[in-house]
Amino acid sequence: MTELSRPAAPAAHPDPIIEIRDASISFPGIKALDKVSFRMFPGEVHSLMGENGAGKSTLIKALTGVYQIDSGSIVFDGAPVSFRSTAQAQEAGISTVYQEVNLLPNLSVAENIMLGREPRRWGSIDYRAMRAQSRVVLDTLGLDVDPESMLGSHSLAIQQLISIARAIHINAKVLILDEPTSSLDADEVAELFRIIRNLRDDGVAILFVSHFLDQVYEIADRLTVLRNGRLVGEHLTPEILRIELVEKMIGKEIGTLEDLEQRVRENDQSTPESVPFLRATGIGRKGSVSSVDVRIGEGEVVGFAGLLGSGRTEVARLLGGIDRADTGTLEILGDGIRLRTPRHALSRRIAYSSENRRAEGIVDELTVRDNIILALQADRGWFRPIPRKRQDELAQSYIEALHIRPANPDAIVRNLSGGNQQKVLLGRWLAVAPRLLILDEPTRGIDIGAKAEIQKLVISLAENGMSVIFISAELEEVLRLSHRIVVMRDRRKVADLDNDDLTIDNLLALIAEGDADEELGETA
Amino acid sequence: MSALLARIVSSRLFWPLVMLAVLFLINVIAFPGFFSITVRDGNLYGSLIDILRNGAPMMIVAIGMTLVIATRGIDLSVGAVAAIAGSVACSILLGAPDPADPGTVAIAILTAVLIALVLGTWNGFLVAVVGIQPIIATLILMTAGRGAAMLITEGQILTVNSAPFKVLGAGFVWGVPVAIYLAAGVFLIAVLFTRRTALGMLIEAVGINPEASRQAGVRARGLLFLVYIFAALCAAVGGLILTANTMAADANNVALFIELDAILAVVIGGTSLAGGRYSLVGTVVGALVIQTLVTTVYTVGIPPIITMVFKAVVVTLVCLLQSPTTNEALAAFRRRLALRAGKEAVSV
Repeated sequence: MTELSRPAAPAAHPDPIIEIRDASISFPGIKALDKVSFRMFPGEVHSLMGENGAGKSTLIKALTGVYQIDSGSIVFDGAPVSFRSTAQAQEAGISTVYQEVNLLPNLSVAENIMLGREPRRWGSIDYRAMRAQSRVVLDTLGLDVDPESMLGSHSLAIQQLISIARAIHINAKVLILDEPTSSLDADEVAELFRIIRNLRDDGVAILFVSHFLDQVYEIADRLTVLRNGRLVGEHLTPEILRIELVEKMIGKEIGTLEDLEQRVRENDQSTPESVPFLRATGIGRKGSVSSVDVRIGEGEVVGFAGLLGSGRTEVARLLGGIDRADTGTLEILGDGIRLRTPRHALSRRIAYSSENRRAEGIVDELTVRDNIILALQADRGWFRPIPRKRQDELAQSYIEALHIRPANPDAIVRNLSGGNQQKVLLGRWLAVAPRLLILDEPTRGIDIGAKAEIQKLVISLAENGMSVIFISAELEEVLRLSHRIVVMRDRRKVADLDNDDLTIDNLLALIAEGDADEELGETA
Repeated sequence: MSALLARIVSSRLFWPLVMLAVLFLINVIAFPGFFSITVRDGNLYGSLIDILRNGAPMMIVAIGMTLVIATRGIDLSVGAVAAIAGSVACSILLGAPDPADPGTVAIAILTAVLIALVLGTWNGFLVAVVGIQPIIATLILMTAGRGAAMLITEGQILTVNSAPFKVLGAGFVWGVPVAIYLAAGVFLIAVLFTRRTALGMLIEAVGINPEASRQAGVRARGLLFLVYIFAALCAAVGGLILTANTMAADANNVALFIELDAILAVVIGGTSLAGGRYSLVGTVVGALVIQTLVTTVYTVGIPPIITMVFKAVVVTLVCLLQSPTTNEALAAFRRRLALRAGKEAVSV
């Protein structure tokens, strides 16, 4: 498994600066990394690819000493290492620049670059040396920034470059950039890439993590793909087609293909083209998605497909009233409406189940019972409590229907496994009897058994007339469950597929960008 | 047996109750008559009664504070609100032709409570609508409130003479001090109000995970108004008892630092300052611990100079006992107990 064929090492640097061999990391109920091997060469930009839950951040955390690997080994600069903290990793020469700049906005640029390693003189900080050294580092990056200015007075892009300057000053041999471009505009990205190339030419190994395929193809020399905590492959960027890459990231199991096309046909009971339950025309939100049309019939399952950051979640949040749309119109059963709050959406029988289960879904210190009745109780108001007997009935019925374990309504939700937490959350939304249920990544990070149960549930809900929007990074799953699929790319809707167009090749081509037919021809 | 012990040790009320028991023990040793309650003129007297009666205002304020803290908030203005309530009541009584008229007293009390309602709404507005951090939002009223109370009393200590009003602080009904009834009443109202309705669960949900609660359709804004208003009402009741006790409105000194004792009572009672699950019973025990501590200082004869230090030591102890690190160590201890229990079962 680990002896996958790998492309050759670069001629100039035949030995990797850092190499992970057969590393595994487990968390309760989930294997986050399963015998993953990964290597980076000096003087190369390496991109780590994978969807949510693929294990990218776990791998980065293993590299930087945040997590310890359960098995396997890490070799850095020719010697086995086991970092106990990020500070240790940083000291050794592995620096990370995160998406959110984690420096101190109310200190000066120089102080931020030198933080923790200030030049000293007579026991106090030598500010003159600090300025001079910062100047040198900034100059090597070609950054025209006053070292004495406040960090917070600069744009996010500059702050990010200053974090890189800090990493350079620590003498980083490996520089990890985690989603560095997600909040930058085109010019800023160009500036960042210029700096990345300079560093690469100086022999630094750079790990560039981004969900923007264009940027990966522009900057990365080599890439490693992970899926579900496993290594899928390592490739030289020019040698892998975009569509192949997406396929590897999302997964395509030929064996199940027939089965799922069968499924699609069975599902195709052609819902009568009367008034759809919900029709959105041109909805969008500044800085998020622009001008998306969506139509969902009663009893219809509509899949949203697209890569992370494509806008699939953003549209779902607009439809669920979580974020307010500032353009476009929305009709529910023909009535025009503006959804102001989640509460408002719920009153119109639309429930949105967040992709972010921990932060926006479960209330972890409360019991299973309280979590299940929460939305229903919120709707009934403060002074009409659901009678205890009814609460128990509700909790019991969802525990049974969804196979929640432990089957104890008094269990604190925090102590449940991810899959069971997800089921509790589903129970909450089902308890309000929605007519449109929006499920954003309901199967992420949960075990196979729970996944299959949730898929089955979606099918039976739709058969009973509930409309469902189903979002998942796993294309196979979306295909299996959906009557129709809305494909998103770059925060726009690029296709609305149904019936015969619902094939995995079609979807892959659309998601990967470019003209569908052309690319299909290429791969065929 | 060990399993039962483990359950008891893991209860949130365990350490506060142990603390209370230890304090009682110290008192009994220093003063053997500590537990004795005597009946004089049909009224109950004794150290325990004193603790309950003197602790009542702080306990009432702490009960209000509990719900605020459960929403991740804090209310620093309760002392100021208490002072305003007392000042308003006294100035009305002083201005009335007959301060001893029960009707006048009722009006004075009602006005004080109504003003507290307005003040609580103000705090709720700042926190829920304007979105100011609770500690800052209530700091405004904490500082401004004492000033307002000074304006009401015109800088004087207003001394009143009104028998019906005095009942609030020093009266007895069926042998038990009125302040104790008031504390019990506020406690019962808080429990019924939050546990017999959906309020308690929704308050906890908002305190634990505001965004998840919003997405589930919980109206957090209304809940925030409610808890700050309730806290202010509790503060007013506490302030009225304290004022009635001395029969004087001292805008500068009445209920001074009561917010700190109240917060402490809540924390000792096991409600986390991070919000979420709260325990009103815990708060009552916490308030009793603090009040008993004050009494202990007198019975044991600790010199007043080191009273504050003594209090600090006890509070540090309680906080240590409740810290996550200590809890982890205790959890390890419990696991050992359970393991041993398992082994015993096997060997039998």
